[in-house]
Amino acid sequence: MAMLAIQGITKRFGGLVANDDVTFQVEKGEIFAVIGPNGAGKTTLFNMIAGTFPPSEGKVMFDGAAISGRPVAQIAQAGLVRTYQLVQLFKALTVAENVMVGFHRVTTGGVFSALLRPPAMRRQEREIAAKTAEILDFVGLSHRANVTADLLPYGEQRLLEVARALAASPKLLLLDEPAAGLNTEETAELARVVRKVNENGVTIMLIEHDMGLVMQIAHRIAVLDYGRKIAEGTPDEIRVHPDVIAAYLGGTEGYDD
Amino acid sequence: MRSSRTMTLPVTTSTSGGLPWRHILLAALGVLVVAFAFSANGYVVTVIGFAAIYALFCTGLNFFMGFTGQASFGQNAFAALGGYGSAILTADYGFEPAIALILTMAFSGVVALVVGYPTLRLRGHYLAMATFALGLITYEISINWTDVTQGYMGYSGIPPLGIGPYYADTPKQQLAVILILLALGVLAAAALKNSRFGRACRAIAGSELAAGALGIPVARYKLVSFVIAALYASAAGSLFAHFVGFISPEVFGTAMVVQSFTMLYLGGIGTIAGPLIGAVVVSLLPELMRGLKDYQTIGYLVILLGILIYAPKGVAGLLDRLLPKREG
Ligand SMILES: Nc1ncnc2c1ncn2[C@@H]1O[C@H](COP(=O)(O)OP(=O)(O)OP(=O)(O)O)[C@@H](O)[C@H]1O
Ligand SMILES: [Mg+2]
Repeated sequence: MAMLAIQGITKRFGGLVANDDVTFQVEKGEIFAVIGPNGAGKTTLFNMIAGTFPPSEGKVMFDGAAISGRPVAQIAQAGLVRTYQLVQLFKALTVAENVMVGFHRVTTGGVFSALLRPPAMRRQEREIAAKTAEILDFVGLSHRANVTADLLPYGEQRLLEVARALAASPKLLLLDEPAAGLNTEETAELARVVRKVNENGVTIMLIEHDMGLVMQIAHRIAVLDYGRKIAEGTPDEIRVHPDVIAAYLGGTEGYDD
Repeated sequence: MRSSRTMTLPVTTSTSGGLPWRHILLAALGVLVVAFAFSANGYVVTVIGFAAIYALFCTGLNFFMGFTGQASFGQNAFAALGGYGSAILTADYGFEPAIALILTMAFSGVVALVVGYPTLRLRGHYLAMATFALGLITYEISINWTDVTQGYMGYSGIPPLGIGPYYADTPKQQLAVILILLALGVLAAAALKNSRFGRACRAIAGSELAAGALGIPVARYKLVSFVIAALYASAAGSLFAHFVGFISPEVFGTAMVVQSFTMLYLGGIGTIAGPLIGAVVVSLLPELMRGLKDYQTIGYLVILLGILIYAPKGVAGLLDRLLPKREG
């Protein structure tokens, strides 16, 4: 069964058709990339999947259930976790605390457990702390654990966003341009992390402009142009697809931008 | 925006296991203030009692504004509910002050829930305006519903704090009760801050988008945090009524909003110690500068401006910079 099924999704913003009858499936366990020129509608597609706004037409099935129209937090609770194109860290919190917030989905407890601190809650806090250390180690941010997030250099901020999403143990992780603004070294580190996460069983869908990265880690790719899906296939198929080449040559950016 | 991974940063960590200087210093200052209050005359007791009541009020407001990152300009409404509620229940209906305090807190909590549900969908200055209106409406009601509130005349004859046969007869006894409740309130805020709930609230302050994407029900958590702030405000209002024995609409007017904001920003919003420091400093400053006579207000404002300009994160932020912080 597909992890995610996009069925005839369309999004109109007034007269602008940002997504036009897009259909594809993301299978369990794969790394699926969505590429396309600026303004092609990639982020809009993510927003509809994650519940930021509903599609004008069509529907989204996640892990067998229709999720289109449900609120963001509810979709996240179901195991679909996303990152944003513009970094959205909790800047006043430390790096470790940022990751700890990520565990929200997989932990319990509200005001009363916070005030009464029952043993189960304390155990949970200890577990979260231990797992946070593991995750930070995994993405190479251990040495920054107690630094407030706004003091991190940009590359590490992006890694922290991924780390925080991992804490939520997603079934499907949506990454919107995770390598944007990263240098070669940082991009390589990101590729390692994404692959490793995928090997641990997390299905990944990513939007990315860095073609080197996409071709290297994606199993399959869908290409959007002016809101329409113009191609879908393996990296090798996409590389030589005439429509894709045309779209990129006619677009505002080069192939390996 | 590219920077190498080896770049050095103004890291805020410190040697782990070091003494919690910050906490020791604050505790020492606290003890000093309390000792001063208990050794001094009635007037000082009153001033420090007010400071403690404000500290409780600000601790709640800080949870909503500092931790959850929302704005409320109408928290005085809940202090008024607490104050008038306790006054009416104890003076007119003979309720125990402690019971009245809890009942009015519950009532304020329900009002916060009902008012907050639609209001918290608003953002930024819309929320600020809506809450400000709430404060004004409550103020108008306290003036005009004279049958219940006695209007401008004010409400007198409110008994001192107490439970069962034990009454805090002297101001110093009352101050002791207030300080104990303040300590409880601060401990509760600290426990909330470092919990799943508190982290989620602070996450909302950082980015509602990211918080939602991690499964945090943003609207619900904002509402709960608004209710928490209302409970603190209500308790503060009740304590004020019992401590002074008299309340009037002016007590819970807009001046209260200005006063509490000054305390929050001066002490350090978003920290546990900030509201305490702010409440004490703002309450004591005018008293300490009485010698300046006519220039008192100017001196007071100069100090406030100085702190706001040179220590934008308040006194608590200043301490953070000057003293090593203990790791959690
Ligand atoms: N909330 C919105 N309201 C109106 N128009 C929007 C909205 N969001 C996106 N658009 C428009 O929809 C189109 C697609 O935007 P989208 O952000 O999805 O592109 P993208 O493929 O993610 O581009 P980029 O690579 O630059 O991030 C653009 O023309 C954009 O201006
Ligand atoms: Mg985009």
